[in-house]
Amino acid sequence: MSGIEIFQIWVMAFFTLALFSFLYKDNPAYKLAEHIFAGLTAGYQVGLIWDTIVIQKLWDPMIYGGKWWLFIPGILGFLMFARLFPKYSWLSRVSLAFVMGTTAGIFLFTQLHGLVLPQMQSTMLALGGEDGFAAALLAVVVVIGVISTLIYFYFSKEHAGVLGVTARVGIWFIMISFGAHFGYTVMGRVSLLIGRVQFLIEDWIGSFSQMF
Amino acid sequence: MRTAAPVAVAFLSGVILVISFFFNEEKTVVGGLSQELLNWVIIVGGFTLLLGMVSIIRVNWAAVQRRKENWIYRLFTLIAIFAAAIPSLLPPSWSPLFGRAEGSIYDWLFVYLQAPMMATMFATLAFYIASAAYRAFRARSADATLLLITATLVMLWRVPMGEAFLNLFPGDVPNIINDYIMNGANLAVQRGIIIGAALGAASMSLRIILGIERTYMGKG
Repeated sequence: MSGIEIFQIWVMAFFTLALFSFLYKDNPAYKLAEHIFAGLTAGYQVGLIWDTIVIQKLWDPMIYGGKWWLFIPGILGFLMFARLFPKYSWLSRVSLAFVMGTTAGIFLFTQLHGLVLPQMQSTMLALGGEDGFAAALLAVVVVIGVISTLIYFYFSKEHAGVLGVTARVGIWFIMISFGAHFGYTVMGRVSLLIGRVQFLIEDWIGSFSQMF
Repeated sequence: MRTAAPVAVAFLSGVILVISFFFNEEKTVVGGLSQELLNWVIIVGGFTLLLGMVSIIRVNWAAVQRRKENWIYRLFTLIAIFAAAIPSLLPPSWSPLFGRAEGSIYDWLFVYLQAPMMATMFATLAFYIASAAYRAFRARSADATLLLITATLVMLWRVPMGEAFLNLFPGDVPNIINDYIMNGANLAVQRGIIIGAALGAASMSLRIILGIERTYMGKG
């Protein structure tokens, strides 16, 4: 293990332990690591946006690719910076309106065409067939779950009578789904924790023998 | 002018996208407009994120100048921003340490500082989720019990030891969890939420295009 590798491991170990130290209580080491993490994340985004968007999608195609019309989104992008000057901040609304309008135009059809209809199509399956009783039962469970979930989130009418009973079934389904998501999330986080502990035990403590 | 111009821009850009949906993307100019405008949105979005960076720098710099509480940490935030951003903006032809390629300062900071810290931050959440679960999931109602049982089953199902434990019970429990919880109830709820949210997004889109919804413009 070279000197630079040991240095890198110690840097990673310091920040890992500094962040874990918050489990005991808030302290200067955690605050330092937290602020550096926030700064690095922001700085990382600057490099990423500059290279992949400003250079690759705007500058290069406009200057070298002959796509002169890209000056329009360029100007709209610069108008966003008008927010920094209160007198002219309203100009940034034009850029924002362009983003909102375009996104709305895309959403209007893609949400219906790409999400609602395919999801409904996948829900309304023919019962029976080669897959047998278990598949049919599962299809019925899914239909009941989808309808009852939609009704639970329908607030234009009081949840009473049949609507109330269906909404109640909906909340059971939702609880099962949230429980499943919770279980998945916990296991994902635990897996990350195992990764960090493995790093500390194998790499960091392992580097002691190289140093001392 | 301050309101009419943005509303007109939102209407025009939205209508162009809606019209282009009905045309062939590759064979007609109108159809191709959707891809072009999407590209424009990404460009404007990139500038918006850069504006956010400027804002972060301004806020933190002001706090450092005025020696506000915790200003020293904010100074480290600023140092970290510039340490990651400036080398990535400089051309790699000047030095292999510049740019975003492997071996650059930008790459080193990501691999040895940002990525491990991100993993640690998320790993720390494991403890807080466990603590929150203890407080929230005390089975005080039928709904909470259902959530608790499902979460426990899924957690057991996701690890080999838990799966081995579930296999001690008759009736292939891991398969039942996969079929009826993950691909049954969970899938149904996800579909219900997706359909509901998509219908909401579509109606909100129509309100934006028609200029009924203007809250995104803020005040003034």
